[in-house]
Amino acid sequence: MRKRKSISYAKWGYLFILPFFISFFIFSLIPLADTVRYSFYEYYRSGLKSIGPNFVGFKNYLSLLKSDMLGYGANTMILWIIGFIPQIGIALLLASWFTNIRIKIHGMQFFKVVIYLPNLIMASAFAMLFFTMFSSHGPVNSILMSLGWLKEPIDFMGTVFGTRALIGFMNFLMWFGNTTIMLMAAIMGISNDIFEASEIDGCNGWRRFWYITLPLIRPILAYTMITAIIGGLQMFDVPQILTNGQGNPNHSSMTLIMFLNSHLKSKNYGMAGALSVYLFIVSGILCFIVYRMTNDNDPDGSKAAAKRRAKEERRRR
Amino acid sequence: MKKRTAIAVLTAAMAMTGCIAHAEEGKVINIYSWNGEFRERVELVYPEVESTSADGTVTTLKDGTEIHWIINPNQDGVYQDKLDEALLNQADAADDDKIDLFLSETDYVNKYTDAEIDVAIPLTDLGIDPEKDLADQYSFTKTTASDVNGVQRGSTWQCCPGLLVYRRDIAKEVLGTDDPEEVGAMVKDWETLKGTAEKLKSAGYFTFASYADTFRLYGNSIENPWVSAGETKIVIDKQITDWISDSKEWLDAGYFDKTVKGQWNDDWNKSMGSESKVFAFLFPAWGIDFTLNPNWDGEAGAWAVTNPPQEYNWGGSYVHGCTGTDNPEHVKDIILAVTANKDSLLTISREKTDFTNTISGMQEAAADDANFSSEFLGGQNAFKYFAPVAENIKIAPLSAYDQGCVELIQSSFSDYFQGTVDYETAKNNFETSIKVRYPEITEIIWPE
Repeated sequence: MRKRKSISYAKWGYLFILPFFISFFIFSLIPLADTVRYSFYEYYRSGLKSIGPNFVGFKNYLSLLKSDMLGYGANTMILWIIGFIPQIGIALLLASWFTNIRIKIHGMQFFKVVIYLPNLIMASAFAMLFFTMFSSHGPVNSILMSLGWLKEPIDFMGTVFGTRALIGFMNFLMWFGNTTIMLMAAIMGISNDIFEASEIDGCNGWRRFWYITLPLIRPILAYTMITAIIGGLQMFDVPQILTNGQGNPNHSSMTLIMFLNSHLKSKNYGMAGALSVYLFIVSGILCFIVYRMTNDNDPDGSKAAAKRRAKEERRRR
Repeated sequence: MKKRTAIAVLTAAMAMTGCIAHAEEGKVINIYSWNGEFRERVELVYPEVESTSADGTVTTLKDGTEIHWIINPNQDGVYQDKLDEALLNQADAADDDKIDLFLSETDYVNKYTDAEIDVAIPLTDLGIDPEKDLADQYSFTKTTASDVNGVQRGSTWQCCPGLLVYRRDIAKEVLGTDDPEEVGAMVKDWETLKGTAEKLKSAGYFTFASYADTFRLYGNSIENPWVSAGETKIVIDKQITDWISDSKEWLDAGYFDKTVKGQWNDDWNKSMGSESKVFAFLFPAWGIDFTLNPNWDGEAGAWAVTNPPQEYNWGGSYVHGCTGTDNPEHVKDIILAVTANKDSLLTISREKTDFTNTISGMQEAAADDANFSSEFLGGQNAFKYFAPVAENIKIAPLSAYDQGCVELIQSSFSDYFQGTVDYETAKNNFETSIKVRYPEITEIIWPE
């Protein structure tokens, strides 16, 4: 009799999250499963004729390994690192300045908006802008030449370094504001008491940043890293537009997703699917590593302290 | 009584057929194209046109039918992607969303005139008799738009013999004359042109803007198609490797502007401006009207045309009625009005300086300086130079792979010309890219 009296609210919870699962199932899970399925098929279009799907086993995977895929993977990695290192550095610096109660920055709200602005521009429009600005006859070269700093225009996009640097710089510009704001939120989550206490103990700014701020924002840093890595693996629009989809010069700025996209020119679902599966595995592994590296299962140091104590005790015995 | 019913039935039947004929023609004609070129021609010569909206997306005809222009850029295959997508959905699309007309370029016309795919309606099925209605067209344009069985599935208003267009002021300064005959003699073949290029270079000018400019002269004189029918291997013609070695030599010698990489980009457009040091471009008629003219920022009359170092054809936009159209009558009308009516074609030639697809008309134009001299070319009658080239054009054998091959060979070897990679790497890059673009390609054969 008692059982009947208990009211379960759980079913409402399930009901409310149902729409998400339904749309996830239709729009994400089924296409995902299809991607994996097609990766084992020969399936593409030649002109307007469709070829396949014919089951070919792991042939797509093998031919991808024989193609330049690994090189494109390395490109993606390099391009991501060029953009990410300054991005996280500057973001950390700005976040700790903006949250520091000692430094009173005037118009902080204004700067917060300004650094976030580049993120609001469409990546393709941003790349287009840079393409025009840094072209051989573009404004950057004209300004440098009229200042007399240059005799000949610099062919930015004709060199590996120039192209990669531009892509990295654009990614940095687009994302550092976003990261700054996230890190600021993390830092503001730290109780001010800790900072005050450290100051009373005579801690300087650098040490405070290094020993208090950084360890305490580790979960958010991990999150930033993971999202940045996934974003980096998916890097596409900026290099695609900047190099006209060719990844010039010499395919040195061809990223994995650009490679994927060029397979989709011929609607080659088989190859594209296999490449996607590779990407899925790689991002899975990367996420796992980063998660293990930064996820602290000992947030207050008690476990480490216990271990130390146990060690000491063992030694004493 | 009987009589009355008979009349009533008759009138009802007439009304009905009238109604049906009207209902058969849809209210919307969808035309797929990659720029406004065709729209401008339709507005110019199709008598049914009433007006076009300010943004150029909708043209209203006098009977109230609307032409919807669906424009996607040609670059990077975007146009074809969108067109293919729409063609595959053609059967299921609502009548007003069906494609009625679409355009294709010589580079990929072959893909759409394929008999097996059957997306372009044979002209005879539309009620156009190529033998009679298109008798005055240049025969190579008819061959180009036909499938393997010789059934013509498209028609064009233009014919694209190419010329050399040069800046008069530079010619006067360096070569001592801007007379087309005399300049023509200095550029009549590659050897002579090289001598002239050296002269231009020492005066600080470039002969052409980029290595892509000369490509069509070589690329459209290939002996065999890139891919022969039914095969899966690409055979690179000797002409293409000649283009590669000549371009490298010319670029290194400083006859091209090193900062202009390929065509259809900002740097290339700027090289047609008055600040540029580029002497000449190789263009067919549409290039002069559609590309050179809008990019030129100086006075009209600064350019002139003369014979090219090698006869060539570049481009050509074919108009196809699309299978499944709900406006077959309009489609027929538009195709006939824009591509078969001699007076319309001469109007297009006069207004747009196109070299149009009428043999007799073009011969008249070549002799008619009063009506066909171009203000942009300083009063010169360009048709005098176009007509002989057109009559000698042998169209290069086509394949469905032409566009990808042309685009990728240019972009892959761009690195080689710029000195970023060596010849072998560029070759490998081409092979890699082309196999991704066309997965069925198994082998690439280079000439010895």
